[in-house]
Amino acid sequence: MSRARAAGVLLWACLALVAAVPARPVDVTPPLPSAQLQQRYVRLTHELRCMQCQSESLADSQVDLAADLRRQVHDLLLAGDSDDQIRDYMVARYGEFILFRPRMSWRNAWLWGAPVFMMLVGVLVAWRVLRSRSRLADVEDAGADDAAGLP
Amino acid sequence: MVVELGQFALILALMLAAAQAFFGLAGPALDRPRWLAAAPSAACGQFVFVALAVAVLVHAFVTDDFSVRYVAVNSNSALPLFYRVTALWGAHEGSMLLWILVLSVWTIAFVASARHLPAAFAARTLGILGVVSFCFLLFTLTTSNPFARLIPAAPDGNDLNPILQDPAFAVHPPILYMGYVGFSVSFALGCAAMIEGRRDQQWARWMRPWTVMAWAFLACGIALGSWWAYYELGWGGFWAWDPVENASFMPWLVGTALIHSLAVTEKRGLFKSWTLLLAVTAFSLSLVGTFLVRSGVLVSVHSFAADPSRGVFILALLAVMIGGALVLYAWRAPRMQSAVGFDLISRESFLLFNNILLVIAAAVVFGGTLAPLIADTLGLGALSVGPPYFNPSFLVPVLPMLALVAVGMHAHWRRGGLGDAGRPLLYALGVALLVGLGLTFGVFAHPLPLTPIGAVVGCWIILAALIDPIDRWRRHLPLPASVAGMSIGHIGLGVFVLGISFVQSNSIERDVALKPGQSVSVGAYQFRYDGGQSIDGPNYEGFRGQVSVTRNGSPVTVLHPEKRRYWVQGTVQTTAAIAPGVSRDLLAALGDDVGAGAWSLRLQYRPLIRLVWIGALIMALGGVTAVIGRRRRARAEERALAQHSALAPPDAAR
Amino acid sequence: MNRFLLPLAVFVLLLAVLLVGLRRAPDKSILPSPLIGKPAPQFTLPNLFDNTSPLQSDSLKGHWSLVNVWGTWCVECRAEHSVLLQIKQEARVPIIGIDWRDHDEDALSWLAQLGNPYQRVGTDHDGKVAIDWGVYGAPESFLIDPAGTVVYKHIGPLTMPVWQHEFLPRLSRPAGPGA
Repeated sequence: MSRARAAGVLLWACLALVAAVPARPVDVTPPLPSAQLQQRYVRLTHELRCMQCQSESLADSQVDLAADLRRQVHDLLLAGDSDDQIRDYMVARYGEFILFRPRMSWRNAWLWGAPVFMMLVGVLVAWRVLRSRSRLADVEDAGADDAAGLP
Repeated sequence: MVVELGQFALILALMLAAAQAFFGLAGPALDRPRWLAAAPSAACGQFVFVALAVAVLVHAFVTDDFSVRYVAVNSNSALPLFYRVTALWGAHEGSMLLWILVLSVWTIAFVASARHLPAAFAARTLGILGVVSFCFLLFTLTTSNPFARLIPAAPDGNDLNPILQDPAFAVHPPILYMGYVGFSVSFALGCAAMIEGRRDQQWARWMRPWTVMAWAFLACGIALGSWWAYYELGWGGFWAWDPVENASFMPWLVGTALIHSLAVTEKRGLFKSWTLLLAVTAFSLSLVGTFLVRSGVLVSVHSFAADPSRGVFILALLAVMIGGALVLYAWRAPRMQSAVGFDLISRESFLLFNNILLVIAAAVVFGGTLAPLIADTLGLGALSVGPPYFNPSFLVPVLPMLALVAVGMHAHWRRGGLGDAGRPLLYALGVALLVGLGLTFGVFAHPLPLTPIGAVVGCWIILAALIDPIDRWRRHLPLPASVAGMSIGHIGLGVFVLGISFVQSNSIERDVALKPGQSVSVGAYQFRYDGGQSIDGPNYEGFRGQVSVTRNGSPVTVLHPEKRRYWVQGTVQTTAAIAPGVSRDLLAALGDDVGAGAWSLRLQYRPLIRLVWIGALIMALGGVTAVIGRRRRARAEERALAQHSALAPPDAAR
Repeated sequence: MNRFLLPLAVFVLLLAVLLVGLRRAPDKSILPSPLIGKPAPQFTLPNLFDNTSPLQSDSLKGHWSLVNVWGTWCVECRAEHSVLLQIKQEARVPIIGIDWRDHDEDALSWLAQLGNPYQRVGTDHDGKVAIDWGVYGAPESFLIDPAGTVVYKHIGPLTMPVWQHEFLPRLSRPAGPGA
């Protein structure tokens, strides 16, 4: 289906649920005292999903729930929580779904390992094909129209 | 009354699709020439009635007929005329109708140009297309009827989602569908080849132009969608790896592999079963993607609970279409093995790597998109996958592939080596290193680890793609459109890689609250908020701010971000202001009114972001060039053949 | 012959996964809540009707409760209001309301106008308690057992069919880990 339509549907989901979430303007979360904390704040809010506009991150989403959660991240950072503790806090309340980056765990090993595994399979396939084909490399010179430049 | 005509037209189209499928497949099988000839007529008839149905729905929109439920949900009397028409594909039912329309357009395009194909083969292709049409029409009529009435009629409509009230939105879905749905022709040709059990590779020649055209459309559609999301959503993002985006990207990746695989099959008769499988897979991904995002199968990642029974219907249709094709494949592919060989460093081997890596890339995207569903089904808990997974995982197969493109382009067929191209390639690499590293460390500082690699590889691909054309020009040789197309396509790829590399590493984003007169620096630019005023639109009201941008004191541009509230749905929308440029984009978007005249703003600097879309468009242009050139050459050959046919014996091998 | 059957086999597997995914869809309340089976999050909220006695989460213990998160700005909450009134009539389970990010005066007049299904209402002005309960779109309703454990969560307006098919059956099960 059209990307446009679905982007529309997702946004609409959010905007429709604006009816289900308070939509008054909220104070901008004040900046954190240290640059390092601010950096962590930016990274975390990009890694956490806005539960309403589910394909936007907390950093990007405009709804009040996102602002509330950003505020929460801000407060937890000030309280001295580590990045993992903050993620745990969110997951305990909203489930793994709130993380954009699936956690590195044995349960998720299949997901993270998939690309490398597929590459290994690919290398194997390529090797087998190349071996059999280079044996078959025939010596006839007919029809070599390389010069015609047919890509 | 008129509206029911549309529904009736669809029913007739359904019957004609069935006829098309029947005559197209049974005609050749039972050796009935009359049935064979009926298939194209059925296809044309189907097109007429589908077009009629679409016209009826458009008419309902234009005349504000709110007794039609689809119109009532997606339109409004205050909606500008242009958007009343484009609202046709604003929601599920209408977009299904668009799918069907595009499918019948491709079908009659095939009918028109199939004269030079063997009649039985063309008929079988039409037959398969008829099966696909039939499935879609059946689904639309029974579960997603756009002509359903609303009784009593609504006094006025719900209005089109404001995010969709945009000119780019008007063109994006039709172009995207031209791509998606275009792969159905490749799919049908492949199925026809498999049904006939052909041992030759003629079908690859016929399949190629259709594939390339669909691929080019899809590239444009995806680029347009990305660009639209960028300026519409206003947060500077242009690709979020969300299921809907992935649904259009996966067929494109496989389509790219298909084009390259077709080259090998056409040229040397190799990779026949690969190519057929890719042809089936490309369209299958289109189908699976289309349904994944609208059937409610991905319920676990979407806050709407959709109707599961509709989902089961879709799965049944997928089983018929894709399952059928894969059964054909399992049955026929074994007999299509060829017995020619090639060396380790040959065009064939590079294209083999290319195929494998592109398929892995598509598989990674597919896995990531379905991961939440898979994890949930297998009881592995709730999983969530986003850019932090896709970005690194996608690069695992794609980075090696990009590194091989420059060399692969020049490898010789069958026997190994690069021949004359070896030296120029090395020179090109040298220049690429200079330019790439210069850009990375000189022009744009603070690179990420992958930036220099992306910059160098991007430059190398562009330069390598120019070697052949420059060589021909110097030797006063003609430049066939197919070679030009290939060069242009690869140049587009290089441009895209350059753009992506620098956007990822050097974008700057600032979230600040500013009072009128306050300014903040974003990279080398100063953004000053000048205040704003209330505005009134045809179906909205809002606030429009002004942001002046300067660099080293001299004015660069003035941006006007807006915040709109659409009356009917009461929704709020942010319209970002963008100052585009080839070397960089500057963005400003309004956040919230924080009181005392101050607003929170998101300000951004995005270098070379236009190259991302320009690169994609250049790629598409390459494809179109190759196809048009081919048609010219094919026509010239036909004429030459016709002239000589009486004088010389028929040419057996081609 | 074997490897040519592979694509078909993969496809059949995919179909199976999609089919199972579809089948399970209606069972879940859209997204599984991580709170199910865990003790209800602790809170102390100002009481909408009586500023002197705040609403404590401890008061949820000792009997079954239905905790409903709502707000006057929420269109769907208005839709479910009549269902809540019906549930109150049944008098089987008290309904505790959490008024999310709302104005007290608005809430009071809303309840006065439409009727009050709640035994007590706590006001969550800054949304912190809602975050603790994993709320992301009102209305949301939680079934709490006498031990104070979250047994079930429903997102979206409560309807009589949902009440009868999802909440009531769980009431008659012995208290324990969430169903």
